[in-house]
Amino acid sequence: MRRYALRVLSLVAALGLWQALTSLNVDLWLRFSQFPTVTDVARAFAARVSGPDYWTDLTDSLTRILTGFLLAAVLGVATGVLVARSRLAEDLLGPVLEVIRPIPAIALVPVAILLFPSNEQGIVFITCTAAFFPVLVSTRHSVRALTPVWEEAVRTMGGGRWRILGSVVLPGALPGVFGGLSVGIGVSWICVISAEMISGQYGVGYRTWQDYTVVDYPGVFVGMVTIGVLGWLTSTAVELLGRRLTRWLPRTAYVPGARPPRTNRSVKPAPAAPAAVPGGARSEEARDEHLV
Amino acid sequence: MSTSSETVPNTPPGAAPDTSPETASGAAPVRGTRLSLSGASLGRPGATALDKVDLDIAPGEILTVVGPSGCGKSTLLRTLAGLLPPLAGEIAQDGHPLTGPSADRALVFQEDALLPWRTLRANVELPLAIRGVPRAERREQAQAWLERVGLGSQARQLPHRVSGGQRQRVQLARALAGRPRAVLMDEPFGALDAQTRAGMQDLLVEVLQGTGATVVFVTHDVDEALFLGDRVALLGAGGLVAVRDIPRPRERGAHDDPARVALRRDVLTSLGT
Repeated sequence: MRRYALRVLSLVAALGLWQALTSLNVDLWLRFSQFPTVTDVARAFAARVSGPDYWTDLTDSLTRILTGFLLAAVLGVATGVLVARSRLAEDLLGPVLEVIRPIPAIALVPVAILLFPSNEQGIVFITCTAAFFPVLVSTRHSVRALTPVWEEAVRTMGGGRWRILGSVVLPGALPGVFGGLSVGIGVSWICVISAEMISGQYGVGYRTWQDYTVVDYPGVFVGMVTIGVLGWLTSTAVELLGRRLTRWLPRTAYVPGARPPRTNRSVKPAPAAPAAVPGGARSEEARDEHLV
Repeated sequence: MSTSSETVPNTPPGAAPDTSPETASGAAPVRGTRLSLSGASLGRPGATALDKVDLDIAPGEILTVVGPSGCGKSTLLRTLAGLLPPLAGEIAQDGHPLTGPSADRALVFQEDALLPWRTLRANVELPLAIRGVPRAERREQAQAWLERVGLGSQARQLPHRVSGGQRQRVQLARALAGRPRAVLMDEPFGALDAQTRAGMQDLLVEVLQGTGATVVFVTHDVDEALFLGDRVALLGAGGLVAVRDIPRPRERGAHDDPARVALRRDVLTSLGT
């Protein structure tokens, strides 16, 4: 509960600072006088949300990013596993991938325009390429880092290639794969917004750029806030899914910076907290003993 | 030794009654397999661990293997499991050369080889799933095996939630659940304390009863080797030194039998040099 309060507080403090700087028209080298205030942005936001374009933009951007990201997830995991498990695939695909990897996905806009008949497909292509490499690289690493004894165990049970893939490689690489997916979803947002700014019709990025060209600064900020919230929601979704699927990972009981759990305050307030720690440790021990 | 698993008179009541019906393996009873090495050189290319090994392991026999650490005990087991091809010579199962790993020869690892994302029961189910046993049946069999090693109530725990000794018991259950004809054990109790170890040895003797499986058991503990084995193979200095018969195997009271004491002294002497 207290942690949520802190999180809300951090957002509120940032907004308060913004409001203070802009409403006071602070001009200390950084110039806030041209900046819209929080209330301007909020008013613009309310107007946009009640209009039809906002939701079209939102669903367009979401469709593009989800399509591109899901494609990237599937292709990235498949290619990563292939490259990590097969020397032939590594030799054939490795050099090509390593040459393409340093090219920023957004620099592929000309390629997308040449390749695809519609802008829509081009944007999905750029988004997909952006997320593909983080997923590929982290999948490759985590597949290579798998404990060999897991695979040997399945082989001595008579398991073949596909069994090893399904029962050892994919589940074992999952923690690493989700690391790549988390990075990938972030990069995807960057690229989908940039691509929309360059060549989109509808979409949050397109709208934000349009607002900028007609000097509607509150509108620009509405776009930025929307991108921020959407990005946060999607990366949280990826994070939660990852945590759910990798629950089997052993975790330390120690949480850095964690406060001891609250005990009943009506009993003596002072010794309650220290007493709770050895008590908790004891019950942990009791459980461990029971396991032996 | 090689009793079929249907005729298990001495399993304790409630222990794995449903592992007996013959399903996937057809009508033939599960029996031990003969493993033989002739003139075999084992190891990795460029690093031969054991040279010119001639060894014949009879069906249903428990052969223990002792030797100083680094002498190639694990190499021998991995080769028998089919994970490591021999550098020279021949390795055969029932007269046919080994080509690779097979469900016929289960390997119990020294280290923790359970899949950490599977519950204990799901780990034991794995060899059954590979053999194509239907879901309901493999769940039942896995549960029965876990009960047999005393972990029935923890079937739904993840491996990291139970102790090292319990994980090794699950590994044993997993190896036997696939009804292999040979069980290869690589210092399975090496990391356990003396007390847990003795308990595990008794458990092993008990669960092996009636499976008829051939067992090759690698250990660095001479007393463990002499308790469990019908014969003991001594490894050392790049090869097989000797194979000796063990008097009164698997009798706890036999440790002061004069023949056993003499054998123990011999084994220790040969390991000491």
